[in-house]
Amino acid sequence: MTIEALITAGDPQPMRPWPRYLLSCEAWRAVADALRSDPEPALLGLWADTAHVHALFMGSTPMIASVPVEGVLYDALSPGRPAAALFERMIHDLWGHVAAHGTDQHPLLDHGRWPILRPLSRRPVPNSAPPEPQGPGVVQPGQHQVSIGPIGSGAADPVHLRVTVAGEMVVRMEARLGYAHRGVLALMRGKPLRSAAPLAARIAADSTVAHAVAFARAGEAALDVDPPPRGHALRGVMAELERIASHLGDLGAALPGLPGARCGALRETVLRANQAAFGHRLLMDCVLPGGTAVDLAPGGHAAVLDALDRIAKDEPDTRRSLDGMAVSTAAGGVAGPEILASFAPGGVLGRAAGRKDDARRVPGYPPYGPPPTVPSAPWDGDVEARLRLRLDEIRDSNVMLRRWLADLPPGPVNGGVPFASGEGLGVAEGPHGDVWHWLRLDAGNIATSFVRDPRWLHWPLIEAACAGAALGDLPLIMRSFSPAASGLEL
Amino acid sequence: MLQALARALIRRPAAADTTAAPDTEIAGALAAQLDSAAQARLGRSLAILHVAAAGCGGCATEIDALGGVAYDLERHGLAFVGNPRQADVLLVTGPLTAAMRTAMEGVWTAMPEPRWVVAVGACAIDGGVFAGSYAVQGGIGIALPVDLIVEGCPPSPASVLSALLTLIEANR
Ligand code: SF4
Repeated sequence: MTIEALITAGDPQPMRPWPRYLLSCEAWRAVADALRSDPEPALLGLWADTAHVHALFMGSTPMIASVPVEGVLYDALSPGRPAAALFERMIHDLWGHVAAHGTDQHPLLDHGRWPILRPLSRRPVPNSAPPEPQGPGVVQPGQHQVSIGPIGSGAADPVHLRVTVAGEMVVRMEARLGYAHRGVLALMRGKPLRSAAPLAARIAADSTVAHAVAFARAGEAALDVDPPPRGHALRGVMAELERIASHLGDLGAALPGLPGARCGALRETVLRANQAAFGHRLLMDCVLPGGTAVDLAPGGHAAVLDALDRIAKDEPDTRRSLDGMAVSTAAGGVAGPEILASFAPGGVLGRAAGRKDDARRVPGYPPYGPPPTVPSAPWDGDVEARLRLRLDEIRDSNVMLRRWLADLPPGPVNGGVPFASGEGLGVAEGPHGDVWHWLRLDAGNIATSFVRDPRWLHWPLIEAACAGAALGDLPLIMRSFSPAASGLEL
Repeated sequence: MLQALARALIRRPAAADTTAAPDTEIAGALAAQLDSAAQARLGRSLAILHVAAAGCGGCATEIDALGGVAYDLERHGLAFVGNPRQADVLLVTGPLTAAMRTAMEGVWTAMPEPRWVVAVGACAIDGGVFAGSYAVQGGIGIALPVDLIVEGCPPSPASVLSALLTLIEANR
């Protein structure tokens, strides 16, 4: 029996648009066992509610398998899917459920400084124990350890990096997360769908459109409504503007000197076009359940086209400045196909190593039509590949935007959403990969939800790619991944 | 005296920012004023340490934009630094999480006098959309003495720039 067959044999639950199956503990255990030997399907995320644990897989369609928690226990998936480990640690910190036979039982988000323990469980308890001091890492003779952060680590948010070096070589890099955890899921609980939208838009600013779209699509799926065509089209325009701005920002941070500065300046041009077109530089709160919050402003069209022209004109120069980068970082920074196969990350990280995952294509959603150009170059999963791919994606987005803007459907931008109950799963392809939102609505209010930002799958891969690199290359390698924690700090 | 003067609040409703792009000319003019004011007081550029305490990265991203070529700060008497020991201004974005409190206090302690705290964005002011969560204690004012706030979620780079100008003017 394939794993997909094991899952679909479960009891189907009323989730839209894809099914969720409730498995018995025995069936879940069979899935967990099978995952050890079968690389399919990819595990995209793992989370919980007060009584169940839910696993999101990408099979022939997206699908969720759920299992009841027995006492505090459920069977771990991490022995078969290393990507599950971070999620299992998070589930313990937030809900208190324990992954039996999990590969890593350390806390992830909870540093022992919250006033309560297990904040999302049915009955959180006061935290009376003093915070645990952080033990030193294991260092062999001839190695030493550099501790960077949580302030000034070079990542976009507070992250504590522990780098073990031998001579000039990085032996190991470990990221300690949890500093920026904000309690978003607890804040969303009990809020009406539309009142929670500003929170969804503030999970990760560089993917605010993607998060807002995935959140809205989850709500729309739960309520079985669809935005009007113009709402879909404008979401697409905003999402591709966001992709271009984010990729330019990442290139600007990674490229030294003038080329980097030029990317930063072009990014600023996009942000100003966003302001002119939709009234917000980062496009926050521009997408709402039911469609969009705003229509394209008069003059916005011209501002966007002007920015697109400038970016296209500059592309050859930026491309030239990438030449030779592979040579300078030959000693590391590779997130190659083998390790990626067990993590299945989407976005630039995966595609730069030859993976095809792109939520705009599969499962696909409006306004994206047939797939854009499939990248053809050999993608080695190294620093240069990740940077070069961003340039390619900027070019593709440029083409899409021109096509859409030339032919925007007329009509309203938002069809509204009813106050009703239901459960939905939504996805959108953001600048860093596939963003998933799952939520259950009870009479219009969010009863429970989860947010799977693509960066959940990134940190273990970044850690792996840094091992073996020259210490001096570490900053560039890190920047080529665009490391940030806000997406998973929730 | 300095602190009292500097406790001026920049209140800039979001609507004021929806005009056309906060253009480079405005930024240039502000920067030119900053230039003379900062140099006059310190004999050098005003050194700003930006720390993203948590948050969504929106404010942090706009501070990065402020440091980019479009606003050309460094040439005009404002410089971003990475070391607390060289910093005059601690510019904080994002809410104060329980897990970050010790690190933030550590940075502040390492900064030489005179020093200022600028809270940029709703989160740094009072926790913003994240206020009331078990993980968030509030704005940076819970832990450190705030001299200046810049409202917005996020504020535009231009309004952060004019806030920094206020700080310098007040301390002339
Ligand atoms: S104030 Fe708003 S934009 Fe700034 S970090 Fe907080 S949520 Fe993000």
